[in-house]
Amino acid sequence: MNAPASSHRPFVARRLDWLRENLFSTPLNALITLVTLALLLWLGSRFVSWALLHAVWGRADVATCNALFGQGACWAVVADKWRHMLFGIYPQDEQWRSALAVVIFCGIMVFSAMRAFWHVWRLLALWLSGSLLCAWLLAGGLGLTPVPTALWGGLPITLMLAVFGTLFAFPLGILLALGRRSALPIIRAASIIYIELVRGVPLITVLFMASIMFALFLPEGVSFDKLLRAQVAIILFNAAYIAEIVRAGLQALPRGQYEAADALGLGYWQTQLLVILPQALKITIPAQVNSFIDNFKDTSLVIIVSIFDFLYAVRQAVISDLDWRHYFVEGYLFAMAVYWLFCYAMSHYSQWLEKHLSRDHRL
Amino acid sequence: MFNKKPLCRSLAALSLGVAAGSTFAGPTLDAIKQRGTLVCGVHTGLTGFSAPDKSGKYAGIDVDYCKALAAAILGSPDKVKYVPLTAQQRFTALQSGEIDLLSRNTTWNSKRDTTMGSVFPGVWFYDGQAFVINSKKNPKVKKLADLNKASICVETGTTTERNMADYARANKLTFKPVVFEGQEATEKAFQSGRCDAYTTDSSGIAAMLVNLPNKGDYTVLPEIISKEPLAPMLRRNDQEFFAIARWMIYALQQAEESGVTQANVLRMKAESKDPAVQRLTGATAEVGKGLGLDAEWAVRALQAVGNYGESYERNIKPLGLVRGMNALWNKGGLMYPMPLD
Repeated sequence: MNAPASSHRPFVARRLDWLRENLFSTPLNALITLVTLALLLWLGSRFVSWALLHAVWGRADVATCNALFGQGACWAVVADKWRHMLFGIYPQDEQWRSALAVVIFCGIMVFSAMRAFWHVWRLLALWLSGSLLCAWLLAGGLGLTPVPTALWGGLPITLMLAVFGTLFAFPLGILLALGRRSALPIIRAASIIYIELVRGVPLITVLFMASIMFALFLPEGVSFDKLLRAQVAIILFNAAYIAEIVRAGLQALPRGQYEAADALGLGYWQTQLLVILPQALKITIPAQVNSFIDNFKDTSLVIIVSIFDFLYAVRQAVISDLDWRHYFVEGYLFAMAVYWLFCYAMSHYSQWLEKHLSRDHRL
Repeated sequence: MFNKKPLCRSLAALSLGVAAGSTFAGPTLDAIKQRGTLVCGVHTGLTGFSAPDKSGKYAGIDVDYCKALAAAILGSPDKVKYVPLTAQQRFTALQSGEIDLLSRNTTWNSKRDTTMGSVFPGVWFYDGQAFVINSKKNPKVKKLADLNKASICVETGTTTERNMADYARANKLTFKPVVFEGQEATEKAFQSGRCDAYTTDSSGIAAMLVNLPNKGDYTVLPEIISKEPLAPMLRRNDQEFFAIARWMIYALQQAEESGVTQANVLRMKAESKDPAVQRLTGATAEVGKGLGLDAEWAVRALQAVGNYGESYERNIKPLGLVRGMNALWNKGGLMYPMPLD
């Protein structure tokens, strides 16, 4: 903050100054620093000793782990059960399809993140082809063994719910945002009611509605796929949040843009599509990436309607195996690492994007 | 095999349905036959009852019951579609017709039997709530009364918490419940010494202890404080399906009583002079006919999963649970198959 930025002093001296000023400025501060440091060291060394030094690595049987029970981590559980953890109870012979779907979902995300793809048609082509390919791979048919959705699970489910949940929510969100700023009272009221209603309830409630209440409204024997219902619920839920982000972008545009479009004689849709939205969407990209990270993590809630997302697949893999069931902490740490990998990559991307966009585009 | 009957039956069902204004797709059994699969609601993962095995396929005693029914009705134990359900979802899934039957360690009680439009064909497993303590830490605790004023780890959102409170009130004890979310978190908390005892169903305690490296430190207290007769659950609209579901339970238990197993069922059918075996295997009597099935229905079920005792051996024994109440009536248990005659 107010550290003397005298750049010609040697590096070590500068570090020491920083330490003295920020961590040891008063006796109390020094004490707090030391206590915190001791605590961190103690916890850190215990964790390192448990997770790394005394751990069982690679493939090993349960007896090896049991011998070290409570002293060292048993990463052998991940080595043994990784397929179940990543792909749930998807038939083992067909799990290459799940793996391929994961790769394609990641591909969709990576390519959408590249500027070269930021054109409506390219994005549409990418998303449509990718989604259809994944749906075909997971569901089967047309030459592949059909796999019912009740058997889908693991990382593909998490990615699917997150990617589709954003993809289809996006157009709906834009319409809602435009609707909320519309001059037509009924459209405006409907949009406001929808957005505020959905934002007023937790995702769990929406999932419960879709999965449990909805089934009761239908005549007996008629039922939509459970996964589809949850996916639609997530889409409808995300749309309300995306709408608010887009609305922020719309409001950030100066009135001059609207007036200029009017002056050119453009109609409502032309104004929106050609002038307003391209600018508004661009400034909201970092916020959209944030909301995508949120969606990605929120998908783990679908287990309450018994859809086996990645987190639950990890739990199930460990808990349902009598040999390994006491090593679920290791399983959860593995899940944490995978979630972290995805979220960290995305948040890094959003930081890069913010910098990138602020450089070439200022309103 | 079932060529003409479904048509007649669905016509009858249609007229009945119109009269009663209730069903759309006809009775459950017709829907099962037409579809060619039995849709079975199971637990999302409870070892011994229904959980994916090492190869990712559902296995367990509740799953075996579904397989036996599918073998009897549809001719193959593989014609089952498993729908994993959470505790909250299970009854709606049954009521809305998403599943044909619920085989998901569900306790049979009067409320569920009378107010939910459902029926229970019979008890498939007797469970009960028990307590486990760390006897190394609390060597003096020998019975539940010794746990007065102790802290007890319990999982949230289950009936175990209420059962414990009821028991404490009735016996003038005080328990301090320490509530956790999820089975593994509750177990871990107990093992790390967060509470003096842990309470859940006996089968759950057995599953925790079976491969625990230091399981010698733990003792299960003798008291069982609740009755948990776990039973399959069906909609009330189909008497024929109900009869099959009920007599499937008895047939598999009768097979154990008469010594008919997965391995010897065909030989027994051909050779046995025991009238009970002859009726069970369809060698003489018409049990199957009364159920609207062929004579071989029980043979197929036995070929698929074995008798009740075999299913128990395969699924529950690995948990380290003794037969106890689930033994046959003539072996000191409660399983009493009604005569197939």
